[in-house]
Amino acid sequence: MSATSRLLFDEPGPRARRGTRAATLVSALVLLALAALAVRQFAANGQLDAARWQPYATWPMWRYLLGGLWSTLLAAVVSAALAMAGGLLLALGRVSPRRPVRWAAGTYVEVVRTIPALLLVYVVLFALPRYGLDLPLFWKLVVPLSVSNAAAFAEIFRAGILSVERGQSEAGLAIGLTRGQTMRLIVLPQAARRVLPSIVSQSVGLLKDTSLGFVVSYAELLYSGKVLANYNHLLIQTYIVVALVYLVVNASLSKLARTLETRQAGAARRAEAGAPKPPAAPEAALHA
Amino acid sequence: MDALSGNLPALWDGLIVTLQLTLLAFAGASVAGILVATARVSPVPVLRAAGTVYVETLQNIPLLVLLILAVFGLPEIGVQAGLFTTAVVVIALYQAAYIAEALRSGINSVPAGQGEAARALGLGFTGSLRHVVLPQSLGTVVQPLGNIFIMLTMNTSLAAAVGVVELTAAANRVNLIEAQPIPIFVGAGVAYMLLSSLVGFVTGVLERRLAVHR
Repeated sequence: MSATSRLLFDEPGPRARRGTRAATLVSALVLLALAALAVRQFAANGQLDAARWQPYATWPMWRYLLGGLWSTLLAAVVSAALAMAGGLLLALGRVSPRRPVRWAAGTYVEVVRTIPALLLVYVVLFALPRYGLDLPLFWKLVVPLSVSNAAAFAEIFRAGILSVERGQSEAGLAIGLTRGQTMRLIVLPQAARRVLPSIVSQSVGLLKDTSLGFVVSYAELLYSGKVLANYNHLLIQTYIVVALVYLVVNASLSKLARTLETRQAGAARRAEAGAPKPPAAPEAALHA
Repeated sequence: MDALSGNLPALWDGLIVTLQLTLLAFAGASVAGILVATARVSPVPVLRAAGTVYVETLQNIPLLVLLILAVFGLPEIGVQAGLFTTAVVVIALYQAAYIAEALRSGINSVPAGQGEAARALGLGFTGSLRHVVLPQSLGTVVQPLGNIFIMLTMNTSLAAAVGVVELTAAANRVNLIEAQPIPIFVGAGVAYMLLSSLVGFVTGVLERRLAVHR
């Protein structure tokens, strides 16, 4: 059992086991009742008819949706690349020895972090064209997402840079590297490894943000779903399928983030112990 | 600047709707989040599994997809609710997954000895959670909860995409009439910033109050 379980209850005795069994029964019944209610509601309104789900067992529907997924991934990857590059520059700015640079980077992060991505999308959609900047559809989605996620990535990178022990950069300077070289050769590589899990989970957030393509009418997964639902009138079925596709893609990414985190926690413990063999210690911090 | 001052009532109404969405959804999300977090640390395997599935599902589907599914899909299965109510419920359920995770890591941050001491005193699962573990975890979860509150405030803007006229939608409407994007969007942005800095200030104060020194 995990650390959480040990915190709140001991190895159960006969009475506790009876209680647990009763609670299991009750909660299973409640959950089943909820599921039954949902199924009844679907069935009563004819939404469970085979004819309404059958289209999603055919290839053309999936080909169309997978095309949407491809656009989603494309937008996510390009936004992530731009946002990470911007975030890295901002993070370097925030730890810069020059006050104006620090101030400018800090202001950007603090301001953008508190403005909804949708507001930025509206700015790109409706404000910029008035000033003669009418971007192609793809960039109307990617630019606001990059601008807003750059601030989030900046905070992640900054935390990573600050987590590297002072002694590391002092050692770099002591062997005659310049500040830039120390940052590039010593601090950043260590920071990057530490923040990798956060980067992956922020990328899940970014992938979810690409659903704003719905507003931009860029044909990513959600907008493709809308087009499809308008065409085949299978509204609820289409959006459920779209939601499931998002779920599968994002859950895989989240799983990757957790695996990286676990591996890193193991590496950190080994480094602390100063021994290469993996200790079998309890892992309270793992689920943090 | 006239575009901004002339349309202050419309923008003000939008801000009020944003505030209502935020506060109601956060209240709902807190209740649901506490329930889900409790389920995830309970000794009942079914509840633990249900809690995990809830968090995984809600965290990995975009809020906009959930909003659209609820706003356009629920009427198709005979569930009729107002637009605003639907938006509040969906945002609350979505953020509940995040609150549950924050609470769970707060619970995990309490030393195991505290739980053991509570049991030694004869407190049961709910008793030790309510009187010993949760109060001590409050100090560590204030900051994450504040961040979730800010995230929720910004996420209420997605309700604009399904037709709720809150601040973002109001700004957009005013801009379509006035065609003066800079003052209007900057005004809306400043309003969001003020809201978040207020939250940041409150969480800072709360964190100092609730900190447990060991």
